[in-house]
Amino acid sequence: MAADVTVISAPQAPPHPLAVFWHDLARNRGALLGLAVVVLIALLAIFADVVAPHAPAEQFRAHVLQPPAWVEGGSWAFPLGTDEVGRDILSRLIYGARYSLFIGISVVAVALVLGISLGFAAAFVGGLVDVMIERLMDLIMSVPSLVLAIVIVAIIGPSLTNTIIAVTIVYLPRYVRIVRAAALSEKAKDYVTAAKTVGVGRWRLMFVTVLPNCVAPIIVQATLGVSDAILEAAALGFLGLGAQPPTPEWGTMLAAAREFLQRAPWVVTWPGLAILVTVVSINLFGDGLRDALDPRLKRS
Amino acid sequence: MLTYIGRRLALTIPTIFALMFLTFLAVRLVPGDPVEVRTGERGISPERLAQFRHELGLDQPVWKQFADYVSGLAQGDFGISLVTKEPVLKEFLTLFPATLELAFFATVFAVTFGIPFGVVAALRRGGILDHGLMGVALFGYSMPIFWWGLLLILFFSVQLDLTPVSGRIDLLYYFEPVTGFMTIDALISGQEGAFASALSHLVLPAVVLGTIPLAAIARMTRSSMLEVLEEDYVRTARAKGLPPLRVIGLHALRNAMIPVVTVIGLQGGTLLAGAVLTETIFAWPGVGKWLIESIFRRDYPALQGGVLLISSILVLVNLGVDIVNGVINPRVRHGR
Amino acid sequence: MSRTIRGSVAAVSFAAAVLASTALSAKTLVYCSEGSPENFTPALNTTGTSLDAARPVFNQLVEFERGTTKVVPGLAEKWDISDDGKVITFHLRKGVKFHSGINNFKPTRDFNADDVLFSFNRQGDPKHPYHKVSGGAYDYYNDMEMPKLIQKLEKVDDYTIRMTLSEPNAPFIANLAMDLGTIHSAEYADFLMKQGKPEQFDQIPVGTGPFQFVAYQKDAVIRFKAFPQYWGGKAKIDDLVYAITPDATARYAKLKKGECQVMFGPNPADLAKMKEDKDINLLSQPGLNIAYVAFNVQKKPFDDKHVRQAYIMAIDKAAIIRDVYQGAGQAAKNLIPPTIWSYNDKVKDYGYDPEKARQLLKEAGVQTPLDIDLWYMPVQRPYNPNAKRIAEMMQADLAKVGLNAKLVTYEWGEYRKRLQQGEHITGQLGWTGDNGDPDNFFFLLGCSAARAGGQNLSKWCDKNFDDRLVKAKQIPNVAERTKLYEEMQTIAHDEAPQMTIAHSVVFEPIRKEVTGYKVSPLGRHDFYGVEVK
Repeated sequence: MAADVTVISAPQAPPHPLAVFWHDLARNRGALLGLAVVVLIALLAIFADVVAPHAPAEQFRAHVLQPPAWVEGGSWAFPLGTDEVGRDILSRLIYGARYSLFIGISVVAVALVLGISLGFAAAFVGGLVDVMIERLMDLIMSVPSLVLAIVIVAIIGPSLTNTIIAVTIVYLPRYVRIVRAAALSEKAKDYVTAAKTVGVGRWRLMFVTVLPNCVAPIIVQATLGVSDAILEAAALGFLGLGAQPPTPEWGTMLAAAREFLQRAPWVVTWPGLAILVTVVSINLFGDGLRDALDPRLKRS
Repeated sequence: MLTYIGRRLALTIPTIFALMFLTFLAVRLVPGDPVEVRTGERGISPERLAQFRHELGLDQPVWKQFADYVSGLAQGDFGISLVTKEPVLKEFLTLFPATLELAFFATVFAVTFGIPFGVVAALRRGGILDHGLMGVALFGYSMPIFWWGLLLILFFSVQLDLTPVSGRIDLLYYFEPVTGFMTIDALISGQEGAFASALSHLVLPAVVLGTIPLAAIARMTRSSMLEVLEEDYVRTARAKGLPPLRVIGLHALRNAMIPVVTVIGLQGGTLLAGAVLTETIFAWPGVGKWLIESIFRRDYPALQGGVLLISSILVLVNLGVDIVNGVINPRVRHGR
Repeated sequence: MSRTIRGSVAAVSFAAAVLASTALSAKTLVYCSEGSPENFTPALNTTGTSLDAARPVFNQLVEFERGTTKVVPGLAEKWDISDDGKVITFHLRKGVKFHSGINNFKPTRDFNADDVLFSFNRQGDPKHPYHKVSGGAYDYYNDMEMPKLIQKLEKVDDYTIRMTLSEPNAPFIANLAMDLGTIHSAEYADFLMKQGKPEQFDQIPVGTGPFQFVAYQKDAVIRFKAFPQYWGGKAKIDDLVYAITPDATARYAKLKKGECQVMFGPNPADLAKMKEDKDINLLSQPGLNIAYVAFNVQKKPFDDKHVRQAYIMAIDKAAIIRDVYQGAGQAAKNLIPPTIWSYNDKVKDYGYDPEKARQLLKEAGVQTPLDIDLWYMPVQRPYNPNAKRIAEMMQADLAKVGLNAKLVTYEWGEYRKRLQQGEHITGQLGWTGDNGDPDNFFFLLGCSAARAGGQNLSKWCDKNFDDRLVKAKQIPNVAERTKLYEEMQTIAHDEAPQMTIAHSVVFEPIRKEVTGYKVSPLGRHDFYGVEVK
């Protein structure tokens, strides 16, 4: 691990590991760009009330399906145009960022908590528990992700919360596996054995000794996981199984706009573009994180 | 080696059995009734509903239904679709070639562009070409493919009128399916223009479905190439003054392909999940679209049979990839 | 590839045997349909998709004239009704041929009274050998109360059938023109029963209709060809193909490219473009249907008619017609569409008046903001292109008068059931007429349908209304019935148990080369008599 290596091999005045990490990340302009866009989107989402020109559900009945401002028939009151019931698309996209980011982050947060618990349980308890958890994860992964998510939503009903639940279940195995593998490899290392011999308790061993040392792959997976979750949730929304109206969730907006593909292409274009830009930025940042945190790829 | 395969196989069997149980259970947890979902405003009288449910065996205790289901499966009977009254296995086998054909062409597309992208990017590491190609790959990797499909339809079918909007072949052509692969059947039929028609219907869906695999393959090829190019034997070959194309083609690429082949194999899941969206957008009569429709129609047998079959295929594909991996790379075999 | 090899491989599919490669035949009409039929026996089905798929193959004793709701002779050349209105005698057409089946069925005799007996007894007689085949649910037959109505069904001779009714019933003849009156071949039924494959009866249809069944590939295509010996004369087209295309946008694209000549249900959003398209004729007709919002009058404060009226006045109906129906609908002020006789044009709609609505709510003592619900169905219906979008618009309108409507939906079967149980406060649904009789609509507001689980979603039972409803069904005189129905519309308007939204206007885009196509007010798609140039 990057952190260990630095600490051990530099006896005098070692740079702080975070500083090393930031130095590595800052060299990667793509990652910085990604981070900047993500931060911008997050700020827009947080300050949507201030930034958005209109309320997301407000219907301007006189301006239904108005094209974007620079197209003939458009106006700057609705910069990106309006949707099928006259709502401002820009405002809906800005508010929609809240839902997409919220979905992405919640999925990862829940999956992390469950993933760490199950992964540690598998790694430290071992035996039957390990086998059971592994088989369960195999099972989840054996169903194509979207099919599984659809079946889950079909069972518990379409809503924002249920989207989060479904996507979390679908992506859980990745976290469990990464945590388990990281924990197993750390467990075999000398410092853990040492800690064990001096009588460090099991819980302390897991969370204080081992966890900080397998944080790197988890962080990378978590970052990339946010974008996967956003995509998966949008796909559910697109199939009509996501958030319900008038929630301006991007995938749901796309589903509603589909019938206007020929007549009002902009209603279809913007939500998809918003998804793409968000996901690309997160992935760009995630890739940078991985490069910075993964010593194998570093400066190779 | 054989023990390794045996162990992997042994792990697969409980997975498939658990799948059997879970699909059965999940399908029964989906609210709604296969009979009621298809009736109009009038609805259906309780007596008729009860009679219907009795005929479908839905009034039996769940454990009994499961026992019947499993014993049916043991004889290769996946049940009868409630909607079409056709055996589920037969439906699946008629539709699966369509998905397979689509997935095949998507893979061809992904490999044809993905590998050269990766190789070129690796050779021009840090250059504009590298950044450009990896940028494309990044976008491909991040693409909401349902939107991508709509955009392509909008541009190529609606604006430019170059490609058909949906379906597998122009309706002008009609022949009995022989292999189930429209392109092959079109050739067999000998009808003029049929093959071209089938192919033109395939282009957009294959591009849409192949986008994410393309990106994954390009990225993997690039990093694998980079690693191989650093290896001593490649350096030696280069130092010996072998022509660069020969070095790349013969030595580097061949070795760099091992992890790439694995990645291609592992796209199975991505392709099947992507097929659900792609087939829905392009009205492609494959198993992905069929599964979605089975959910909306509450067609229990089709849904449970379909999910089981698709998942089993995925499990077997992954098993195959694992085994191939084990053969190529002994470290995998002895690990764990 | 040689014929024999192809044949043997394809033998799995029962269609293979009779299919030559009919790639480019003389005159083909392709209809871009919406979905796959469940089977080809109309009596078993209720969805337009399934019924449309079987119609080319079959006839009824009496039929709706193409493009109208007028009942004309079909397989019965004429019929007499006794003076008490209870006995109807049908005189059957002679020399009518049945098709051959693609499963090697060859008819040996013409259509006769046995086929009529078979077709009705299969539905009405639980002991009939075919009664239970393919699920045995004859929803329309039961819904139209045929078991109760038909007391006796007798064959007088090979070409005469006598039906005895339990009571005089004005809409009965129109019922027989519905798909439940479809006539099948009794000989074909015996043929399959002997082979032990009775369920094939509903998958491979054999009838007397203008087209015979050729092949069906689920989710892809249904093929028919003209029946040369059709009693009404051979159809003007040779091949009829249903290209199953669930997506409306894709259907339109296919139509534009000439991949099909007639298409089902266009996207409202595409109508404007279709009107401009030089290759396309956009036909239209008001549909026999209604979309409405039912107020649950058993729940406060909707037990007060002033609250119901306030709700109606709060909604900008014109905006809904414009933005959701997009021209494919007309605002409804009565439960029945204007194409049905007895439509009361004197009724004046409430109109959009949020100010008055607020005032009415205040007078009724309603504390605003008030939380209510508004249900919308999860699926598109013939009378409602997008219930979700209507709900979103209504939600915005209601908020302005202080009614906070929570949007609620369930899976379609569940949705209907819960509405019928009266779980909603306000909820959308609608109705599609079957036979053009007013009673077919007004029973929806009757007291007998107001029980929990009944079709009266408002749970509204008004004696003035119900007395007239019951009486109008009994008497045969159209003028008297008209008067009663007109009065009922005034009552329903004043009491406002429901908010009528719209009657959809049915649009059918067809290509210019198609002639003789007629839009059916009953929502059917008929291709006999249609020609392609």
